[in-house]
Amino acid sequence: MAGSTLELKRISAVSTAPPGVRETTVVSKYIDTTSCIGCKACEVACQQWNDLPPEVTVQFGTYQTLPDMTPSFWNLIRFEETEVDGAQAWLMRKDQCMHCADPGCLAACPAPSAIVQYVNGIVDFNQEHCIGCGYCMTGCPFNVPKLNKTTSKVYKCTLCVDRVSVGLEPACIKACPTGCLQFGSKPQMLHLAEQRVARLKENGFANAMVYDPPGVGGTGVVTVVAHGDRLASYGLPRDPSIPLAVTLWKKPLKWLGNLGMIAGVVVAGLHYLKFGSKPEPEAKEPEK
Amino acid sequence: MTIERYSFQERVIHWTAGLTYIYLLLTGLAFYSPTMWWIAGMLGGGPVIRYWHPVAGLAFVATVLWMYKAWRRDMRLSDLDRKWAKGIVDYVSHQDHKLPPVGKYNGGQKQFFWVMFYGALALLASGMILWWTEAIPWSLRWVRFAAVLLHVAAFLVTVAGFIVHVYMGTVVVKGGLTAMTSGKVTKEWAHHHHPLWK
Repeated sequence: MAGSTLELKRISAVSTAPPGVRETTVVSKYIDTTSCIGCKACEVACQQWNDLPPEVTVQFGTYQTLPDMTPSFWNLIRFEETEVDGAQAWLMRKDQCMHCADPGCLAACPAPSAIVQYVNGIVDFNQEHCIGCGYCMTGCPFNVPKLNKTTSKVYKCTLCVDRVSVGLEPACIKACPTGCLQFGSKPQMLHLAEQRVARLKENGFANAMVYDPPGVGGTGVVTVVAHGDRLASYGLPRDPSIPLAVTLWKKPLKWLGNLGMIAGVVVAGLHYLKFGSKPEPEAKEPEK
Repeated sequence: MTIERYSFQERVIHWTAGLTYIYLLLTGLAFYSPTMWWIAGMLGGGPVIRYWHPVAGLAFVATVLWMYKAWRRDMRLSDLDRKWAKGIVDYVSHQDHKLPPVGKYNGGQKQFFWVMFYGALALLASGMILWWTEAIPWSLRWVRFAAVLLHVAAFLVTVAGFIVHVYMGTVVVKGGLTAMTSGKVTKEWAHHHHPLWK
C-alpha cells in the first residue's frame, strides 16, 4: 500500500532503523470475556472479511469450534466448562493474535520484512516475504502463528489492517452483538477495561482483572477476565514474554558468533603473514 | 614417486561433504543474520533456500556417517596425539621438529574429524526439529527452544573447525589440497608430514 513504509515501526530481520515517522494512535481491541455469550459471530465475520475457506468444525466435547486456530481460521472462541467456588462456569475467551508491543514472532523471524509492526501497534505477516521456516511459531509466547503446509507460509489475525487503515473497525468487532468487543485507542480500551473490572469487583468477582501482560510490552488486545486467578482456564499464560532461548540466540549468541567468525578469518590471515606455509622437504631428483 | 593417500571413493565423499557443507554454511548464514541475507538472493531467494537447506543437510550428514564408518579407526586419538596436542604452539609456529612424529593423521586432523562428526549429529537432531516445528506440540515447546540454541551453537563450532581446516589444507600445508584432488602425495611429503604412516 502506498505510503505504508511511513507506518513501519519494526521490521523483521532488518538491521537498519525502520522508516516509520508517521505518528498515529496505538490501537487495541477490547475483549470483555464476562459479557461474551459465545455466539461466534466474530469467528464468522473474520472468515468472511478475510475470504478464508470454511474449516470443518471438530467436535471434541465442548462448544469450541476447533481445538486450535489454523492457517485459515484466525479467530477462535475458546470455551472451558469448569467449576468456580462450587458453581458451574462457562469460561469463554476470544483468542487471536495478541499484537504484542514487543512481538516474539518478529524477533525470531529471519526473513526481512516478513513480519512488520505498524506505528499503530498492529503486527502483520507479509506472506510474500515469508519463507515458511516456522521460527515465529517458536518465538510467539501465545502459540498463534500457524503454518499452511501447501503454501509454506504462516498466517494469523491481521487485526484487519486493511479495514483499520481506512478508518473502519475490525470485522470481529463489527459483528459482536453484545458489545463485549470494542475497538479504539489503547488508553481508551484500558480505561473501559478498568471500569468494567471495578464493576465486576463490586459484584463479587474479587479476582477480576485486566489482562495486558507487561512481559511483552502490553498487547494490542485488552482482555477483561472475571477469574484472574484462573488464567490457564482461559488459555492465557500468566506472565508471557519472548522466550529466553530466542533472546539468547538473536542477541548474545549472534554477536559472539559474528565476532568469532570474523576473528577466525582475521587470525588465519595474520598467521599466514607471520608464519607463511609450512616448509616442505627439499625436492629430490625423480628416481630413475 | 607418488603414493595413494585417498582412494577415489574417499575423494568423492570428501568433496560431497565439502560442497554440501559450503551450501549449508552460505544458506545458514543468510538465515542467521540480516546482514548476510543477500546470499539468499544469490541462491534463488528465501523460500528456495528454506526448501533446500534441510535436504542438503541430510546429504551432508550421510557423507559424515560414511566417513565415520570408513575413517573412525584411523581417527582414534592416541597418547602420542595427546602429547602432540600439547605442542600445538610449536606446530602453529612451524617448529614441527619439536613435535612427536605423527601417523596418517595428526592430532589436529583427528580432532577436526570428531568436531565435524559430533557437530553433524547435533545439527541433524536440532535441524529435524526446526524443519518440522509444527510437529512439536506446544506443551513440548522447550524442545523447540533447545533445538534453536543447539543448532546455532553447533553451527558456530563447526564453522570454527571449517575455517581452520580450509586454511590448513589449502594454504599452510602445501600438497594437502592436491592430495584430496588427485589422491596422490609424494613419498617425501608423506615421510615429512606423516612419518609413522604405514
